[in-house]
Amino acid sequence: MIRFTGGDWNLAEECAQDAFAQALRKWPADGVPDQPLAWLTTTARRRAIDLIRREALEAAKLPEVAMTEPAPYPDDGDIPDERLELMFTCCHPALNLEAQVALILRCLAGLSTAEIARAFLLPEKTMGQRLFRAKQRIRNAGIPFRVPPVHLLPERLPAVLHVLYLLFNEGYTDPAKARLCAEAIRVARVLAALMPDEPEALGLLALMVLHDARRAARRDPAGDPVTLTDQDRTLWDRPSIDEGAALCERALRRGRAGPFQVQAAIAACHATAPTAAETDWAQIVALYDHLARLEPSPVVELNRAVAVSMASGPAEALPLVVALSETGRLDDYHLLHATLADLLRRTGRHAEAVESYRRALALAPTEAERRFLAARLP
Amino acid sequence: MKYLMLVCVDPDHVPADDDGAPTIDEWFARVKENHVIGSRTRPGADATTVRVRDRQVLLTDGPYAETKDLMAGFDVIDCADLDEAVAIASQHPMAHHGVIELRPFWPFDQD
Repeated sequence: MIRFTGGDWNLAEECAQDAFAQALRKWPADGVPDQPLAWLTTTARRRAIDLIRREALEAAKLPEVAMTEPAPYPDDGDIPDERLELMFTCCHPALNLEAQVALILRCLAGLSTAEIARAFLLPEKTMGQRLFRAKQRIRNAGIPFRVPPVHLLPERLPAVLHVLYLLFNEGYTDPAKARLCAEAIRVARVLAALMPDEPEALGLLALMVLHDARRAARRDPAGDPVTLTDQDRTLWDRPSIDEGAALCERALRRGRAGPFQVQAAIAACHATAPTAAETDWAQIVALYDHLARLEPSPVVELNRAVAVSMASGPAEALPLVVALSETGRLDDYHLLHATLADLLRRTGRHAEAVESYRRALALAPTEAERRFLAARLP
Repeated sequence: MKYLMLVCVDPDHVPADDDGAPTIDEWFARVKENHVIGSRTRPGADATTVRVRDRQVLLTDGPYAETKDLMAGFDVIDCADLDEAVAIASQHPMAHHGVIELRPFWPFDQD
């Protein structure tokens, strides 16, 4: 619809609403048409033409109207592509990240402004203004409504995947926003189906499906997070794990392993292990090595060190974390100090461990994490 | 869709010896079809600001404070959309040595 109205988002939205209203009036009496989606699209387009015509008459632009005669709408075959165009328009690099996320939720996930506002703990009015400004900006700055040409795809796709993962994490870390996880997975499915040649799209889908499969075990009845080692694995969603692992394998078979695929492979190693002790930690260390090469970051180094401690023992891992802490790059990250404390404790250096637990405790962002760390202090 | 390209210097940026910047002639050859008008502009010292207050024309010798030392020139380009405008702007040598601001035109018959 947006492409059809020449990029006028408000007009497109108005016409779509109008078509739904007509459907509500007519379908109960006349019966549901054979192709409901095509019916809605055609109805919305006719309405748009009426409105454009009226505007054109006012502006005395009659020649333009002749160009916008309604073409018979063949079938709803091109609707998935329209979703993809919407996705890339919403994630255009000329929009800021906040606007991108809000637009995706409104236009692709179909959440109401009130729901998005709740998810981001913002007043509805603020979110409404943010969405309005973003739509205005798309129109006024001339942001195109289309899947970018092939030469721009490699630089655009990562932003789309990044926003989707951000959306997922927003829902993953806060149980009150759990719905965002389902929405992110749903949109990623569309993306993976429409871009089958992009293994990273498949990799992200696999990663989110695998994380989401552990949802029921991630918190105890009091709502506190449970570490991977201590999770009740019978609560994990087996069919989802099988699906995620299969998706990950399908992506990796293309031989272009990107960061999302490698993270999915790590998640698959965890999710398919019968117990924490029986996890293939050596394989996980190798995957983190690979990830560190693709996307070097101190957090990846830290996770790799944790895997090393599981594969080869705390004595092997401790120097890695000490070296990392000496760079000072994760000084404010509570998990660095918590990991250091754990390794010091397991290698018998209790006095130093206590000091690190204290630092971790002071930095921990949630009450649940503070309780977890405080329980480890003497 | 028309865009104003405000071509500016970036006081915080020191260009590398070889930053892959095209020459201005290469840029003109590339944008011929899209180019409406453009020029470099004389420095701020040669600028004159004009205000009319209480029906009196007030002139100031020198640039308006906001654009002092920044604006080096301008171009107007006609493009299909922002992607094309960005592609054109990013091939301008001053996108490499300085910074370019793209402002979409706002015709009076549009809200």
